[in-house]
Amino acid sequence: MTPVPPFQDFLEQQRAMVLRFLVAAVGPLDADDCFQETFLAALRAYPTLRDGSRLDHWILRIASRKAIDHHRRATRAPRPVEAIPEPNEPPAVGVDHEPLWKAIGELPPRQRLAVVHRYVLDRSYADVAESMGGTEEAARSNVHQAMRKLREMIG
Amino acid sequence: MKAKGLQRLGAGSAARSAALAAELADAAADRGLLDVAVATVESPVGDLLVAVTPRGLVRIAFVEENRDRVLGQLARWISPRILESARATEEVRRELDEYFASGRTVFDLALDRRLMQGMQRDVLSATGRIAYGSVATYGAIAKRIGRPAAARAVGRALGANPIPIVVPCHRVVGANGSLTGYGGGLDRKELLLRLEGALLDA
Repeated sequence: MTPVPPFQDFLEQQRAMVLRFLVAAVGPLDADDCFQETFLAALRAYPTLRDGSRLDHWILRIASRKAIDHHRRATRAPRPVEAIPEPNEPPAVGVDHEPLWKAIGELPPRQRLAVVHRYVLDRSYADVAESMGGTEEAARSNVHQAMRKLREMIG
Repeated sequence: MKAKGLQRLGAGSAARSAALAAELADAAADRGLLDVAVATVESPVGDLLVAVTPRGLVRIAFVEENRDRVLGQLARWISPRILESARATEEVRRELDEYFASGRTVFDLALDRRLMQGMQRDVLSATGRIAYGSVATYGAIAKRIGRPAAARAVGRALGANPIPIVVPCHRVVGANGSLTGYGGGLDRKELLLRLEGALLDA
């Protein structure tokens, strides 16, 4: 068993990946809140961890739950605009990608999450399934449907 | 629609995540989830790693003590919920600054003694009563804890002091007044005693 690292080290190792995932999964506007919720939940559970291996998988499971929770709340109380990047975001998520932000924002949450795990984080279908719960087959199907819809919306 | 375009969606997250990570410690502390707050303090004896729990100051480490080892020790003995925090370490950082820069002679800090063990607790609490600017011998400390023959054990207990400077093990010297050992090295011991005016000649 790998010793559980001090939380500060764990945070340093995982923070960029987790934010990258959340920005794509819930949009830049809400990613900050989801980031804090994700790491606070991790901090709450941290003393019960016995094995420090595969903590990237562990934190992505938590982040996925937070992203799903976020979309549930957003459905109950729709916001006027979802997922349009702030003007001070770096060019990579700037104007050129606005159609993509709009399109991905229209995907059903589980399809959006699946496609983000698969293509933003470049993870295997087995890992997508593990993070989201459900089978590998369901993960594959969610990703394929998402890609089909994205192609329809933005070509 | 190419998968490649999707990869750019989360770009630019690394710098932003550093800012968010820095905010996490305060949110954690407000929710009672921060068990050990750490920070680095610059000082004339080099950078000091300080660690504070809700009970008080638990650890000060000199720069030679490997940071990973110190945090690993804290994770095992106290809790792995360790985060860097300026706010939770503010009082300790301020009092250390005052000690080094403006002649603070007494620390008003609560101490968490969980990293002190057995007889070491007695040795270090006797050491804590040696006033600023004065010194005591290993033998005198041994007598004060009721174990007059244990001067060597006193030396070992002091060498493993988890909270040097604030628990002033630098004020314990050899029988003839010689500096002898110090966990942080003799140069530091001399510098601290000189700062306190306990060493007069050059």
